Amino acid sequence: MLSSHLSALQVVIPLLAAPLCAIFRKPLLTWLIALAVGLACSINSIAILQQVRESGEIVYALGGWAAPWGIEYRIDSANAFIVLIISFIYLIGIIYARQSVSSEVDEKSQCWLYTAWILCFTGLMGITVSGDVFNVFVFLEVSSLSTYILISFGQDKRCLTAAIRYLIMGTIAATFYLIGIGFLYSLTGTLNMADLASRLPDLASQNTVAVAFGFVVIGLGIKMALFPLHAWLPNAYTYAPNAVTAFLAGTATKAAVYVFMRLAFAIFPDDYFSDFTSTHAIILALGIISAVATSAVAIFQDDLKRLFAWSSIGQIGYIAVGIGLASTAGVAASFLHLFNHALMKTAIFMAIGGLFVVSGTTTMAALKDAGRRMPWTMAAILIGGLSLIGVPFTTGFISKWYLVSAALEQNYWWLAGLILLGSLVTAAYVWKIVETAYFRKDPDAKVIRQEAPLSLLVPTWILVIGNIYFGINAQFTGSAATQAATAILSLTP
Amino acid sequence: MEYLGLFNYWIVIALMMIGLYVVMSANNFIKKIIGLNIFQSSVFILYISIGKVSGGTAPILIDESVVYSNPLPHVLILTAIVVGVATTALGLALIVRIRSAFGTIDDHDVQQLDTRD
Repeated sequence: MLSSHLSALQVVIPLLAAPLCAIFRKPLLTWLIALAVGLACSINSIAILQQVRESGEIVYALGGWAAPWGIEYRIDSANAFIVLIISFIYLIGIIYARQSVSSEVDEKSQCWLYTAWILCFTGLMGITVSGDVFNVFVFLEVSSLSTYILISFGQDKRCLTAAIRYLIMGTIAATFYLIGIGFLYSLTGTLNMADLASRLPDLASQNTVAVAFGFVVIGLGIKMALFPLHAWLPNAYTYAPNAVTAFLAGTATKAAVYVFMRLAFAIFPDDYFSDFTSTHAIILALGIISAVATSAVAIFQDDLKRLFAWSSIGQIGYIAVGIGLASTAGVAASFLHLFNHALMKTAIFMAIGGLFVVSGTTTMAALKDAGRRMPWTMAAILIGGLSLIGVPFTTGFISKWYLVSAALEQNYWWLAGLILLGSLVTAAYVWKIVETAYFRKDPDAKVIRQEAPLSLLVPTWILVIGNIYFGINAQFTGSAATQAATAILSLTP
Repeated sequence: MEYLGLFNYWIVIALMMIGLYVVMSANNFIKKIIGLNIFQSSVFILYISIGKVSGGTAPILIDESVVYSNPLPHVLILTAIVVGVATTALGLALIVRIRSAFGTIDDHDVQQLDTRD
C-alpha cells in the first residue's frame, strides 16, 4: 500500500516536517526532527532505487490526476540515483550539524536553521523527482530561497552580502528558466516532461524552441555554477555555516545539473543538444576551461573554505565535460562524478568544520602543523584532496577514469590531456595544504593533540571511508551511473 | 498592423530589459530588488499574454459552448507571483540586516568595507 506512494513521500515527509520545526523551536528537538527526516528519506530512497531496478520507471500521479492535467512524479534510474545521493548527504550532514551548528549559530536561531535546511532538502527532492517542468521551477525556488536563508546564518557579517548577491543571481536564473518553459508551453501546450519530449521533435526547427533552450541553459547554468556563471558560489560557500557549506557543496548544484541533463537529453529532441545546436561544444569548452582555470584560482586562496569553493566550480566543470561529450560514457561519467564529488567535497568541508571548531578559523594559518595536532581531521582533508586529484584507490580516480575513457572513445586526445592538466592543477592546491599541515613544523613548540570532537569526526570519516570504498569497489556506483545515463539518454515514450 | 498586435510582447521585452538593466546598474540593494521585481513582472505578462485567446471569455462552465481563454497560465503565474513575493520579502529582510551590520545598503560601499577587514 505504502510502496505505491514512495515517490511522493520523499517530498511530503520533509515538507511536513519543516513547519513542525517552526512550531517547536527547541534546538535539540528540531535537530531530532531533521534527523528523523534524514533517516526516513534515506531508507525511502533505497526503497525507490530498489523499486526502479525491479519494476522500471515509477510514475506517480499527484492527487490521482492523470498526467497531462495533473502533476506527475516520474522516477527512473537517473533520478533515483540522484535522490539517493542527496538523501544520504543530507542525513550525514544533519548528524554532523548538531555540534557544528551549536558552535556557530546562537541557540535561538538554530531552530530556524534546521527549518530552512529541511525546506531546502524538500526543494532538492522535488526538483529531482518531478516530471513537470513548472513544478521543477517551484521546487527550484523552494530550495533556493531556503539556501539564501541558510547562508545568512553565517558568523561573518559578509554572509549577508553573499546571501543577497546569491538571491539576485538565483532569482534571475529561476526567472530565465521560467521564460524558457513559458516558450515551450506556448508551442506545445504542455508542461509535462514526457509530453514535451513527444511533441518537441516536430517543432525542432522552430526558433522559439532554440530561444527556450537558450534561456533554460543559462538559467540552469547559473544554478549549477557553470563557469562563467559561477560568481555567486565562492562567497556563498565561504561565509555559510560550515555544516551548511558541507551540505550545499554535496547537493545544491547537483540537483541543477540533473535538471540540466534531463532537459538537454530527454526533453529536447534527440541530437538537439549535440548536433542540431552544437550547444554541447559550448558546454564542453566551458567545462574544461572551468576545470583547469578555476582550479588554478583555488591555488591562490588563503581561506580553506574559499579554496575548496573554487575547487567545487572546477569539479562542476568536469561534470559539464561529461555532459558536453553527449555520449553514454560521458553522461555516465558525469553521474558518477556527481556521486563521487558529493562524497569527497562534503567530507572535506566537514573536516574543515572540525578544524574551525578547534582553532576558530579556516585560514591557512590554522593548518600550521595540523598534521601532528589533529591527525584524523587532517587525514580526512588529505584523503579528500587526493580524491579530488584522482589518485588510485579513491573515488576521484574512478571518475577521472570514466571521464578520460569517454573522451578517448570519441578520439579527443587533447581533452584527455586537459583533464589530466586539471588534475595537475588540483594537485598544486592540495599540495599547498599538505605542505602547510605536515611539513611546516615549529620545532620549539610543544605539540598538543587537539582533535576535532568525535561527533564531527565520525560523520566525516563515514564519508572518507565511503571515498576509499567506492574508489576500490566501483561496481555499485559504476553500474548505477551507467544505468542512469542510459535512462536519461533514451527517455522517449 | 502586425507590430501593434504584438503590443503585449513589446511591453514584455521593454520591461524585461529595464528590469535586468536596473539589477545590473543600480548600486543600492533595494533598487536591485525593484529591478528584479520589474524583470519578474515582465515574465508574468508574457505568460498571461500567451494564455489569451482573442474573443475568449473567462473559463466558466456553462451549457452552451463558448470560446474561452486558457486559464492554466494564470494559475502558473499566480504561483510565480507568490514565489516573487517571497523572494522580495526575503531580499528586503536581508537588506535590513545588511543595514544594521554594515551601516549602508550600497553595494559599492559594502564591497569596500568587505575588502577593508
